[in-house]
Amino acid sequence: MVGLLHSIEIALGATCLGLLIGTGGAYGKLYGGPVVRDLLGVYTTIVRAVPELVLILLLYYAGTDLINQALTAMGYQRVDISGLAAGIAVLGFVQGAYSTEVIRGAILAIPQGQIEAARAYGMSPGLLLRRITLPAMLPFAIPGLANLWLIATKDTALLAVVGFYELALATRQAAGVTKAYFTFFFAAAVLYLLLSLISNFLIGRVEAWSRRGMPSLREAR
Amino acid sequence: MANEAAIINVVARTSLWLQPHRIVLILIALGLVLAAAFFMRWDWLPQYYEMGLIGIWRSLWILAVTCILGFLFAVPLGLAQATGSFWFAAPAKAFCTIIRGTPLLIQLWLLYYGLGSLFPQYPWVRESWMWPYLRQAWPYGVLALTLSFAGYEGEVMRGAFAGVPKGQLEAARAFGMSRWKIFRRIWLPQAFYRALPTLTGETVLQLKSTPLVATISVIDIFAVSSKVRQDTYLTYEPLLLLALIYMTITGILVFAFSRIEARIPNKIG
Repeated sequence: MVGLLHSIEIALGATCLGLLIGTGGAYGKLYGGPVVRDLLGVYTTIVRAVPELVLILLLYYAGTDLINQALTAMGYQRVDISGLAAGIAVLGFVQGAYSTEVIRGAILAIPQGQIEAARAYGMSPGLLLRRITLPAMLPFAIPGLANLWLIATKDTALLAVVGFYELALATRQAAGVTKAYFTFFFAAAVLYLLLSLISNFLIGRVEAWSRRGMPSLREAR
Repeated sequence: MANEAAIINVVARTSLWLQPHRIVLILIALGLVLAAAFFMRWDWLPQYYEMGLIGIWRSLWILAVTCILGFLFAVPLGLAQATGSFWFAAPAKAFCTIIRGTPLLIQLWLLYYGLGSLFPQYPWVRESWMWPYLRQAWPYGVLALTLSFAGYEGEVMRGAFAGVPKGQLEAARAFGMSRWKIFRRIWLPQAFYRALPTLTGETVLQLKSTPLVATISVIDIFAVSSKVRQDTYLTYEPLLLLALIYMTITGILVFAFSRIEARIPNKIG
């Protein structure tokens, strides 16, 4: 049960971090200079072409090692980075690449006139982002982001491979101790499935809320 | 004339692509690669070269087998969901939901550790001809990956089957085609064309889930790199090379699929 909590915590943290990176990345890709655009292109391409498991291993070891080396170089003591923070950072980095693409597509789907109108009103870019772009892109982005959230919950299982204590690893240890492999893995699968189904339901509600005022999908067709 | 125009076209495109900042970026990237080549340790490469090739071959083999089997399995799943009566559609839908709702790692471990620990309890399983296979890890890996591919693909095929215009099927029926012939000549090909772009993405995703079989002791390229890391105490070099290998395979896959896509008549629907 602690494992399940850890899993949810990581998935939540990673998705939030991914959303931040994604929004920034999408803005950079759409409005940034050529260098920023190319760098982001490299980032999203590489992250999406390399298996998550490899990325997690690479970032998990490389990231903690780099931070420690930087700290020792600056004369500080080595810190022990908690698995939780490292897991969130790693998965958030991976999620960021995917959500960059989702959010970029969603921003492109906003009718151009809305953004131009806001600019004509003299809104500052920050206000424009907060009042117009983010709310207007939400209905377009939610299906993609919902998929990402489900992927994030399932990717947390991969952290078991680097030895972080979450649902999959907890199950494996419990199963190893009691020798009841089938029962425990089955229970874990049911827990993950419940998590997916519940979030599906909630996402449906959020989507309906974000689409308020827009013609429903069925009528539009 | 046409040749010249083509050459000018290519030159214009490359000069458009090769802007100054891109050249700088490429130089930086080259510098990074060279630095990695010179300052990191690569002396373990010759020793593990053959093992790595076998690992790559095994990864590709698993990918191909699971994709083909999974697709064959996905067609009836999609068909059942798109048109079948409740008694066919409901189990297919349940299967897809369960597969898509649980992590592949858990499915893999459930099959390998769970089922694998149940089998030896029954003597008749041990005496059957399947036992030599059931004792190895790879059948479980292939089974889990196939089921997962089928689950995701079943959903895609459902959409593809449902998306084929009714008129096409009605026209085929008016020609007096039998149901099987309609399916084989009209319905399946059109659905396949529709699903192809998604199939590309799903295949790449499948490639990225093959390293998971390393956790149940199948020696694929990922397991080889783990072994190198354990033997030589190097952290980054094998992982970086591994990432490069996967990126190359992804690139080849995407290129191959885009070639297939280009051959398809592009006016459908």
